Order: sequence, then structure tokens, then C-alpha cells
Amino acid sequence: MSHSPLGYLSDAAGTRAQAILPLTWFMLIVSIIVCVVIATLLWIAVRRGRPAPVPASAAAIAPVEAGPPGDRWISVGIIISCVPLAAALVWTMLTLAAVAGPPANPALTLDVTARQWWWDVHYDARDPASQFSTANEIHIPVGVPVLVRLHAADVIHSFWVPALSGKTDVIPGQTNLSWLQASAPGRYLGQCSEYCGFQHAHMQFEVVAESQQDFDRWRAAQLEEAAAAQTPEQTRGAALVVYRCGLCHRVRGTGAGAVFAPDLTHLMSRRTIAAGSLPNNPGTLAGWIENSQSVKPGNLMPDQYLSGQQLADTVAYLETLK
Amino acid sequence: MRQPDFRTPAIGRDSVEHEARLLSLWETAPGLKGFFTTVDHKEIGKRYIFTAFAFLVLGGIEALIMRLQLAGPNLSLLTPDQYNQLFSTHGMTMIFLYSSPVLSGFSNFLWPLLLGSRDMAFPRLNAFSYWVYLAAGLFLYAGFLGGYGPNDGWFNYVPYAERDYNPGLNQDFYALGMVFLGISTTVGAANFIVTAFRTRAPGMSINRLPILVWGTLTASVANLVVVPAVSLAFFLLWMDRHFGTHFYDTAGGGQPLLWQHLFWIFGHPWVYAIVLPAMGMVSDGLPVFCRRPLVGYSLVALSTVATMILGFGVWVHHMFATGLPGLSLAFFSAASIIITVPSAVAVFAWLATIWLGRPVITTAFLFFSSMIILFVIGGVSGFMTASVPVDWQLTDTYFVVAHIHYVLIGINLFPVVGAIYFWFPKMTGKLLDERLGRWNFWTMFIGFNLAFLPMHLTGLLGMPRRVYTYHDYPGWHALNLITTIGSFVLAIGVLLLVINVARSVRLGAVAGRNPWGGSTLEWAVSSPPPAYNFAVIPTVASRHPLWEDRLGAEGGALSSLDTGLLLDQGKETIGTSALDAVPDMVLEMPGDSAAPFAMAVGLAVMFAGLVAQARIAAAVGALLTVIALLMWLWPRRELREREVAHG
Amino acid sequence: MAEPAALAAARNLPVGPVGRHGLGWWGAFTLIASEAALFSYLLFSYYYTGVNTTSDWLLEKAPTFKLALPNTILLLLSSLVAWWGERGVLERRRPQALAGFGIAFLMGTAFVIVQCLEWHSKPYGLGTSSYASLYFVTTGFHIAHVIVGLGVLLSIFVWTALDFFSPRRRLVVSAGVIYWHFVDVVWLFVFTTYYITPYLGFGR
Repeated sequence: MSHSPLGYLSDAAGTRAQAILPLTWFMLIVSIIVCVVIATLLWIAVRRGRPAPVPASAAAIAPVEAGPPGDRWISVGIIISCVPLAAALVWTMLTLAAVAGPPANPALTLDVTARQWWWDVHYDARDPASQFSTANEIHIPVGVPVLVRLHAADVIHSFWVPALSGKTDVIPGQTNLSWLQASAPGRYLGQCSEYCGFQHAHMQFEVVAESQQDFDRWRAAQLEEAAAAQTPEQTRGAALVVYRCGLCHRVRGTGAGAVFAPDLTHLMSRRTIAAGSLPNNPGTLAGWIENSQSVKPGNLMPDQYLSGQQLADTVAYLETLK
Repeated sequence: MRQPDFRTPAIGRDSVEHEARLLSLWETAPGLKGFFTTVDHKEIGKRYIFTAFAFLVLGGIEALIMRLQLAGPNLSLLTPDQYNQLFSTHGMTMIFLYSSPVLSGFSNFLWPLLLGSRDMAFPRLNAFSYWVYLAAGLFLYAGFLGGYGPNDGWFNYVPYAERDYNPGLNQDFYALGMVFLGISTTVGAANFIVTAFRTRAPGMSINRLPILVWGTLTASVANLVVVPAVSLAFFLLWMDRHFGTHFYDTAGGGQPLLWQHLFWIFGHPWVYAIVLPAMGMVSDGLPVFCRRPLVGYSLVALSTVATMILGFGVWVHHMFATGLPGLSLAFFSAASIIITVPSAVAVFAWLATIWLGRPVITTAFLFFSSMIILFVIGGVSGFMTASVPVDWQLTDTYFVVAHIHYVLIGINLFPVVGAIYFWFPKMTGKLLDERLGRWNFWTMFIGFNLAFLPMHLTGLLGMPRRVYTYHDYPGWHALNLITTIGSFVLAIGVLLLVINVARSVRLGAVAGRNPWGGSTLEWAVSSPPPAYNFAVIPTVASRHPLWEDRLGAEGGALSSLDTGLLLDQGKETIGTSALDAVPDMVLEMPGDSAAPFAMAVGLAVMFAGLVAQARIAAAVGALLTVIALLMWLWPRRELREREVAHG
Repeated sequence: MAEPAALAAARNLPVGPVGRHGLGWWGAFTLIASEAALFSYLLFSYYYTGVNTTSDWLLEKAPTFKLALPNTILLLLSSLVAWWGERGVLERRRPQALAGFGIAFLMGTAFVIVQCLEWHSKPYGLGTSSYASLYFVTTGFHIAHVIVGLGVLLSIFVWTALDFFSPRRRLVVSAGVIYWHFVDVVWLFVFTTYYITPYLGFGR
């Protein structure tokens, strides 16, 4: 089976997922063996007891015999079953100890806020000037533990990056902790995995694990404010973005300062839009702005009904937000 | 004539006059009046089964529509809202309106026959429990058909169910409907408990109970104490939505996880409540076709009880990802792994029974025996999710969807269909067609496994559950398409069952008393049984009263089926002691009554008034309920609830 | 005629319920078991929410006993009075029975009235916080059960007045009175939870 981006039976790329993977395989193989053994026993049991097939209509007159008590079947069966059960129990506890606790000294701490239906990612730092927010794309340096503090802005969601780590629910009123440690650079898909309403299906994000240098470069770029508009088209677009999009979105360095929707300051640095629903390019962006309700029905962004010119201007400006 | 407070009941043999006298005492009035007033457990049982199957078909149609939407990636047959209401209604229907009521139906029909009694302990309560079930089911479906179906899954997590996020009537219908339905489940459970302990045939000591009785009894004890948890949870939700309370919303200091605790304290024992009676059917049915007693009766009975006791302690395994402390995770993980042991007892007992017997292959046998392997598949996938770290990957993916369907279809639907083939002759006097039965079985078996075995892989490839559509990731499309095809094959299998039943009711071969050579008391009476079940109350000396000629009796004494207590001085049956089943009183049974129906109507009006926020309607409904209850409980002479000479 | 061994005991059996011996008695206990479970979930909700909330959750650090304690004593005494009424039925003293059920009914009614006064005296309302919601809904559930119990007491009062019962035929009375005892015992748990545990340090 080729690689599925949310699969967790191969290609574990994070410390936690790697610890869980062999246990998953062990339990899976034990399970399959149990099913095969029982199915075989059942098959033989049904076949062997019949000297000649008795027609169903004669069930009533087939002889009844007390037969041997057969209790030994149960005791032997239970004793054999206890061996894999005990092994699984011990292995479970060992794995739990290995993956449960958050690291004592994380190299990086993130605040991820789950919202209907996207992920707000906030990079914490002592210096307020070094803090920034982005959406649906989490960059982490490879090989170091990253602590993720999970907050829910509305309903319950669940934070899941199968290649790196199992699920942690995101629950209003409490801050749950997860941690990620990628062992190889790459892009790892994440998905909300607790039902959260209309667009639960389209609530994805990506974790980008990269070398420390790449990460630092990315971080520095994210800290920049949005570049000023250059062309007349972009200038008109910028005004529209501040005036319309700014009701919900933020573009740092402009008048658009609301935080109810994804931060657009470096929109074009992200690979997808609408929480993994669409690839990010000017075409999909224009389609999304104009018809977000048909792309992702029920999402909280209304259709914009811009004129063709307005739309072109808006996209022209948004394209500069690299 | 004043009848004495004490009497030595006559013992004798059956006779034509005796049967005629009993019939006049027990028979329900014909026509519409009888329809609404009957308290006959057999009639109520059949209604339960019929209604539950109607809901099964509805739930199945909902599933097929969803499977069309999921047949390929990015389809838009359904809007997200439609899909969400469909999957929630499908879950609600199958879990609450099909799987438990269908078992109540079988137990209602069978218990007095298995126990050698003439009715349930509280016949009017029995009728009430059915009417409330029907009314609550219609209430919930009225919401769905009006566009206000549940839309937050059957588990209904808050705060998504709160009014801020869910302003429609959807959650009002669901919350009130579940409180309403809870009444039916609770009173039904109380009735089963008292019936099992107090109305068995003389001599049927607790170690001679059929396993079906053990299963339903255990489930009923659980239901009695856990259903209030979910009723309360839904009631508090309704309060939050309409009276500004703060049980679940964090703004006022509420706890979203309180919902999950209350729900799963109920929910997990409930899962066992909807499989233990079905496992009991297999434990009682398989030996008949294997022509030998069940292997390990005592162990199977005890493991039934043990499963439930452990089942109370594993609810947190539905909440492994909610950020609980490690100690709690370790404890519940261990308990969830250990609960496999009592389940394994049943599996080995069934296997040994087949191995050591000489199986006669009938359709019922095929359903009962194939259930063993489905049970094991559902069991091992449960074992995998019991391990916390593994569960952190598995949970909320299609792996768990596959698991729950192996549990519910494998351990509930397959035994139930087997039970239909097994007991249909008793209910109707006609045999189901065996040839069509084979087609029925193989279509269902292949369709079910085609649909749900590959679904484990869908989950392992990471597809999350409860999504209305999905991206075209490698493997997902093919697997989903296979599941969709399998689900339609399964549906054809269910359709064949419906056809077989509809045909055989009229054209089936005449069954006779005991078409399968069964060993328990229900096979000692005619098919269908007379209104009074047993002309003379049987006296039981072993677990297999009808096989004693071939197996010999326990301790020498033989059961007596044609000589026993006559009890024909009124609508009477015998009350026996809880453990040893020694006769200790003559029970005066109530006649047909309109009170249960009237009370269910009163409650329905009340709940409809509450959902519509029509206070007057709600008050009228409540008043009607109280009046019906007073009518019901007014002490009656014929039931000896009051002194005959007085008043 | 051969008589099966298990029937040997079937001599001179009571016909219908005699004394407490009857299915209704079992029925009353299943009802009580289920209701007790309901209250245990309500109290669980209180403790769960209390443990998981930040400090200052309690709206009253030291709930006053001014109304609650006399009211508790009143309710417990009403249980005793109802029991005394039941004795009246057992000993064929109808006036005592009527007095017992009647006075218990009045005491129960007084309890409900005082409880309403207690509600009014609270400086917070149903929607103030999760504590307030739990307090009003839990005590509200209890009052609802008291009102059902009052209906039961009234019914057995009327039925006693109609001379329905005798020491033998009185299962309805015993079942009704045991329900009243249950309602009173449950109050002790509710009272302990909401009035005593704050003094023991819970939720502070």
C-alpha cells in the first residue's frame, strides 16, 4: 500500500510515533493470529462433528448426548490468551511511560488554538517583539522536543499528526499539552480528529520539520511586517483588505488587526489555504474569497461578492504577503 | 365470594376444560381495544421486535445514503449538515432504537416461556415500557424528519451541543427524546430484574437459568443504575440550553468533560447491555444444534456477570486523549485489557460446544456460529484500542468505526437474526424457509465482512471518522468504494430476511412444538403459545427439562411438565423464592389495562410541549400522566392490593 | 398422583401480596435503586466540577444553617411520623394511620415551603455560575422527589380513609412509606454535600 499522509502503520517520523509503532504492530499481529486461530478451530469444529450432514428438518430427531464436559477448553484457552494479554499490558505501560510526559526542557513552546475550522498557531517568546501568529502551518526545528499547549476557542477538537504523535484533545476551559519531536525533516500532515461541526472534514494543518537554520530563517521572515503595496492595483487591494478582510483577519503593519480568522501577514508563505482544503495559489485564493461557502460549506467566512476588478486587486495585494 | 388470603394451590394434570378456563381468563380482547390495552408479554415482545426492525431498516437506509456520499473522494451528494444529521441519526437509531429494544423484545417474548411462568412480573409496566419506547422513537424521528435531527453524533459532546454552537431545535429533540426513552429502558430493566428473581417455575434454581436470562438480567441491573446518568446528562444539557445554567460551558465555571464522564459511565456498560443478552442467545441456541449441553455453563454465567462488573470500570477508555493524568490512564488501560478475559470464556465455551457436539447445520446455527468469529474480530480490535498509546493513534479513525460495527452487527445483529430463525417458529407456528435462509446468511456474512473488514485498514491509513468527505489520499478511495459495495450487499441480505419473514408468516411449513429438539421450557408449549403459556406450571429439575430422557436428570428427580400447579382460580401464576425457586406465593396478575397507553400518551404530549416550549401543552400532558398513573396504581381487589371485605 | 419434589413447599401459600411479601416490594426497591443512582450522579457532578474548577468556586464559603438545619430535622421527623402511621395500619388503628400520613404530609409540605424560602434567600440565581446551577438543580431534583412523595402520602392517606387496608393487605402502604424514607435519606446526602463539606474544606 502506498504511503498515505495520515497513515500510522509505517513512516513514523517522530519520537512518540516511533515508540508507539512497534506496539501497534505487535498488537495487530497478535490480533490477526488470534482471529486466524479461532477461525480455523471453528471451521474444524463444524466439519469434524458431522459423520454425515443431517438435514435441517431432522434437527429435532438428531440424538442428544451429554458428551465430555469440555471445561478444559476454557481453562487452557484462557491460560494461552493471558500470555499475549500480559505482554501487551507490560509493553503498553512501558510505552505509556515513554511517550506520556511532556519534555522538561522543550526547545520551543507553541500555543495552538483550535477553532471552527482552522488552527491558530502562536509562537511564544520571552520578548513580546519576537512573538507572532500564523495559521494551519507549524514549523519546528528537527530533532528537538517542542511543547505544544493546546487551547480551544469554541468547541472540542483534537490535535493529531500521525507521523509524529498520537492525538490530544483540545478542550475549552483546559490547556492540554502535547509534544512533538521530529527525527527527520519533512512535511507532516495533521488533522482535527474530534468531531467539531460542519467542516470537521476540512480542518487540517501541516507540521514542517526543518533544520535549525531553515527554521530560524523562516521565523525571522515571519516576524517581518507585511510589505507595503507597490502597484496601484496592489494599493487598491490593500485598502479593500483593510476595509473588508480586516473585520476578521490581521495583516501586521496595516490597519487590518482582527484576530478571529487566520493571520494573513505571510499568507503566501503557506502551502495551502482554508486549513488544507485547497493548494495556495492566486487562482484558488480568488475562488475562495468569492465562493468560500461552496468550497467549504458552513465555514465562518462569508462569500464576498466582489466585482471582478476588486477581486483582482485583492488577490494582487494578497500575493505580496510572502 | 370472599377468597381466602392463603390457599394450597391445586396440583393436577392438564385438561380441555382447564385450558378453556385459563383461556377465558388470559385472552386479550379482540379488536382495537385489545390492541391498546393488552399486557400479554408475547404480544409486547413481538411489537418490540417489529418496531426495532423498522428502526433497523431506517438506520440502514441512512447508512446507505452516507456510503454513497463516501463512495469516492470529494463527492457532494450531501451537504455537511445533512451528512452530520445522517450519521448522528444513524448512530442514535442503531444504538438506542434498534439494538437494545430488539433484545428487550426477545426477552419479553421468551422470558416467561423460558422461566415456566405465565407473564412478566409487571405486565402493565411491560406494556408501558413498549409504548414509551415507541413514542420516544417517533418523537426523535419527528425531529429528524422536520430537519432537526441530532447533529453532534450519538455521543453528543458539549460544547458543540450547546446553544451557542447549535441554535436549532436539533439538540432539544435529541436531549428530551433521550430522557423520554430512558424512562422506557429503566422501567423495562426493573421489570426484568423482578421477573428473573421472583417468577420462575418451581425448581428452576438460579444455576438452572438459561444463559439468555443471565445476559438480560445482568444487562438490566446495569441499565437500572446507569441509564439515569445519561438521562441526567441530557437533562442538564437542556437546562444549559434553555435556562441559562452552566453545567458544561466554561464561561460560567462548567466542565465540558463532565458530559463525557456522565455519558460514558452510561455508555460503556450500555455497550455490554446490548451484547450480553445476544451472547446469551448464542449460548442457548448453539447447544440445541450441537445436540449437547453448553460447555462450561457456570463459567459462562459467571463471566457474563464479571464482564458487567468490569464494564463499570472502563468508561474512561473512551476518553484516553482528553488529557487525563497518567495514573488514571494506566488503570483504565489495564482494566480494558483485562475485560477481554471473561469475553474469551464465552468464545472458548462456544468453540468447545461445537467441537464436542455433532452440529446440525441450519441457518440459525450459521448465524450463531459465524458470530463467534465476528465477536473475536470485534474483540481483538477492542483489545488494540485498550492500549492507551496505540489508542492515541487509533481513536477517532475508521478503525474504531470498524470495531464498533463488528461489536454491534457481529455480536448483536447476527445473533438476533439467528434468534429469529430459531424462535420464529415459536412466535408464529411457522418455520422460516431454510433455502432462502442460506442465501440470507451468506449475503449478510459476505456483505458485512466486505464492508467492514477493509475498514480497519482505512482507519490504519489514517482516515478520520465523522467526516462528510475526504481527500483522495492513496488507498482511501478504493477501500471506501469496497465498503460501500459491501454495505449494499449487507442490505440485500437484510432484505432477504424481510422477504423470508413476510413469506413464511403465511406460507411457511408448520413448525410444531419443538422443531429443533430444544431443551428448554419454551419448546414444551404449542407454537404459537397459548395466552396463558403453560396450562400447568412446570416443575423443573435440571437445566434441560426437555432432554432429561436422554441426558438423565440431575440428582435423580425429573422435571414435570404435564403435572403441576393448575392456578386457575383467577389470572394467576406462581411466585418463587429468589435463589432456589421454591414456591412462596400465588401471584394475582393484572388484566388488560388502558393506563399504560394513556400514560405514554400523556408523557408524549408533555415532551412535545417541552420541545415546542408550549407550557400549556406540557402541563396538560403532565396532568394526563398523573391521572393515568393514579388509575393504574389505585389499589384493586382482584389483585389483592386492598382488603376484600373493606371499602 | 406423583407430586414433583420442588412442589413440596407449595402448601398454604399467600394469595396476592400479604404484608410486604409481594412483587410490589421488589418493584419499590428497583425504583429506589435507580433514583439513588440518579442522585449519586448529581452529587458526582458537584464533586467533579468542584475539584476541577479554580478556587473561589463556592459562592458561600460558610452556608448558613438557619433554615436548612431545622428543615432537615423536620424532614427526618416526618419519616418517623410516616413510619408511625404505617404502624397504625399494621395494628388496625386507623385514626393513628390517618394522623401519621396526614401529619407527615403536612411536614413534607412545610419542608417544601421552607426550601423555597431558602432558595429566595440565596444571593445568587440559577444562572450565576456552575456552583449555583448545581445547587439549584440538585435541590430542585430533591424537591421534585419530595413532591412526588407528597402525592404518595396523600394517596395512601385517602386510601386509608376509604378503609382499603388491613395488616395483611397493605403492600401499597409499605411501599409508599419506604419511598418517603428514601426521599428523606437522600436529603441527608444532599445536605451533607452542600452544607457540610464546605466546612470540611471542599471547594475552598
